[in-house]
Amino acid sequence: MDKYQINHLKELEAESIFVIREVAAQFENPVMLFSGGKDSIVMFHLARKAFWPAKVPFPLMHIDTGHNFPETIQYRDDLMEKTGARCIVKYVQDTIDQGKAVEETGVNASRNKIQTITLLDAIEQEKFDAAMGGGRRDEEKARAKERFFSHRDEFGQWDPKNQRPELWNLFNGKKNMGEHFRVFPISNWTEMDVWQYIYMEEIELPSLYFTHKREVFQRDGVWMAKAPFMQLKEGEKLEMRDVRCRTIGDVTCTGVSLSTANNLQDIIQEVAATRVTERGGRADDKRSESAMEDRKREGYF
Amino acid sequence: MSGKESGYLDMELLRFTTAGSVDDGKSTLIGRLLFDSKAIFEDQMEAIEKASLRSGGEDVNLALLTDGLKAEREQGITIDVAYRYFATPKRKFIIADTPGHIQYTRNMVTGASTANAAIILVDARHGVLEQTRRHTYIASLLQIPHIIICVNKMDLVEYKQDVFEQIKSDVEGISSKLSVKDVRYVPISALVGDNVVDRSKNMDWYEGPTLMYLLENLHIGSDINRDDFRMPVQYVIRPQSKDYPDYRGYGGRIMSGSLNVGDTVKVLPSGFTSKVKTIDLFTETLQKAFAPQSVSVQLEDDIDISRGDMLVKETNGHEPVVSQDIDVMLCWFNERKMIPGGKYTLRQTSAEMRCMIKSVDYKMNINTLEHDPDDLEVNMNDIVRVKLRTTKPLFYDSYNVNRNTGSLVLIDETTNETVAAGMIV
Repeated sequence: MDKYQINHLKELEAESIFVIREVAAQFENPVMLFSGGKDSIVMFHLARKAFWPAKVPFPLMHIDTGHNFPETIQYRDDLMEKTGARCIVKYVQDTIDQGKAVEETGVNASRNKIQTITLLDAIEQEKFDAAMGGGRRDEEKARAKERFFSHRDEFGQWDPKNQRPELWNLFNGKKNMGEHFRVFPISNWTEMDVWQYIYMEEIELPSLYFTHKREVFQRDGVWMAKAPFMQLKEGEKLEMRDVRCRTIGDVTCTGVSLSTANNLQDIIQEVAATRVTERGGRADDKRSESAMEDRKREGYF
Repeated sequence: MSGKESGYLDMELLRFTTAGSVDDGKSTLIGRLLFDSKAIFEDQMEAIEKASLRSGGEDVNLALLTDGLKAEREQGITIDVAYRYFATPKRKFIIADTPGHIQYTRNMVTGASTANAAIILVDARHGVLEQTRRHTYIASLLQIPHIIICVNKMDLVEYKQDVFEQIKSDVEGISSKLSVKDVRYVPISALVGDNVVDRSKNMDWYEGPTLMYLLENLHIGSDINRDDFRMPVQYVIRPQSKDYPDYRGYGGRIMSGSLNVGDTVKVLPSGFTSKVKTIDLFTETLQKAFAPQSVSVQLEDDIDISRGDMLVKETNGHEPVVSQDIDVMLCWFNERKMIPGGKYTLRQTSAEMRCMIKSVDYKMNINTLEHDPDDLEVNMNDIVRVKLRTTKPLFYDSYNVNRNTGSLVLIDETTNETVAAGMIV
């Protein structure tokens, strides 16, 4: 590379900053979705870069399923305090209490599907016209065709067959009343890019991403963490193992991996060697071959 | 990994698009690239093994990897641009995988708009078809810097050199009439893997590089315009905080050229000039910045600048053209045909304005590459040359000189859809 070239991470960063600034310029009331997972942490870091030395000119929003790892919530609150950002929290429990959704029952019960309702409600209530998410196209094949600026109808639905063409650096955020956009600033990043970037930028992460001892059990070949609201099936037994999270989502559907990686270099090496996609540990995608596409059409993240 | 200085992080990013007709083996080629570069994970492999069995195939169908949406898996064809990623120690690659059927010209144009390179597949058994001509034309229209013609399914023509040479000379016949700079030819079999990542043992007569070698080594440093500094202002950064009471930064992405602290820049459309005071990227203070970086620029003088304005430097007499009348090659994307004399919203860099279609000069016959001045009805997937009149001055460079400041889209004012993409002549 000559002195007028930047590496792939810097180029991805420049692209994401461009997209985030475009959102701030084109929309009246945008919001950035924040889950406490590494992708949303990176996205928020990019937002801070986009507007520095000013503060990020939009709030963050966390859709709280109530089934969190406590470390995630602690991390979120610390980060908001440190950066002076504002985070709106919406609870899936409220959606259930208001009778807008019925909680799944059984051992595989998850609030994953209900959180879409909470999210769409929140977008409507707060009159957000754009919601930025940390989705990446390499995560899952339905995401591979997602645009940076993804139009949603008044029901919050995605129509994959009727997407607007997106060319050069020209993003069309025009919409009618009641419609909104989902915007994915880190569309072009892979899991490896995210980890390398965290390393390059020295971004602090929740401790869950590094190795720790935890009580876990195996379900359908995936290691799951013990939590108060998790029911064990017959034959499943708790064991104490060295584990870390590859993704952080709802405890009920996020697998953990056996690992002793306790720093970013080790994690990057682990990611490089791993032969299972990071969503491979997520029960929510395993429900059917088109599980992600079906959820996205309904308005999922 | 021995640390940040190891060079491990210093990979270049290359974006390429793939075009081919139905059954040219495009999805198989992409599957092959992902598979041989080990970008396919075990669970993805398992899923496609299952799906291959279900659809009655005997071997694992690598094409299933790239067919993302339900409808496509059912019909077995790719219907929208899908993006794929893989990396080798040298480069990170972004593939815009675009379908090749006639009705999907718009998808190829979309995928081509950001590409450094285009891979155009030709089936060795069928030779150069209309589609090949169309794909080569679009690649040249969109000014993709590098074109790689992959003659695929060589295994089905007994790896014969004369088949490859014939196709090569046929494509040369087409490309000689177009403005393409760098065209390469590789004989491959995506199914078997010949010359994709590993050199073929079946074609001793071929002495050129494999496809992967080309992708890893094409010189892309000059793909972007490095001479003419252009930075459209996206967002004005004004913290008005205790620590930064007077900070006024112009946030934007440098579309071409480079900028140093102390340089004199001109602001369009006002024409005022000032000197660069600081270039910031978060807490880093830069002495110089260049395309494609996103930065915040402060100027010495207090000038009224807002989104849609552009900071430029005059170099070798090159300055953007400022005009309300432009000639554009337009690719129509929408089912609703173009309305002659119609008004549309025009978006170019960070500027937005209304425009009127004054006239259609000709329609391009992309199969024969001839101009048709008589059939001027503009339907989806048509490519036409038009004259546009804008409501306020547009500042631009010709697309051939600068892909970022010479490109535009038209938006329908009633449906808000992006209905056309344009390249300013």
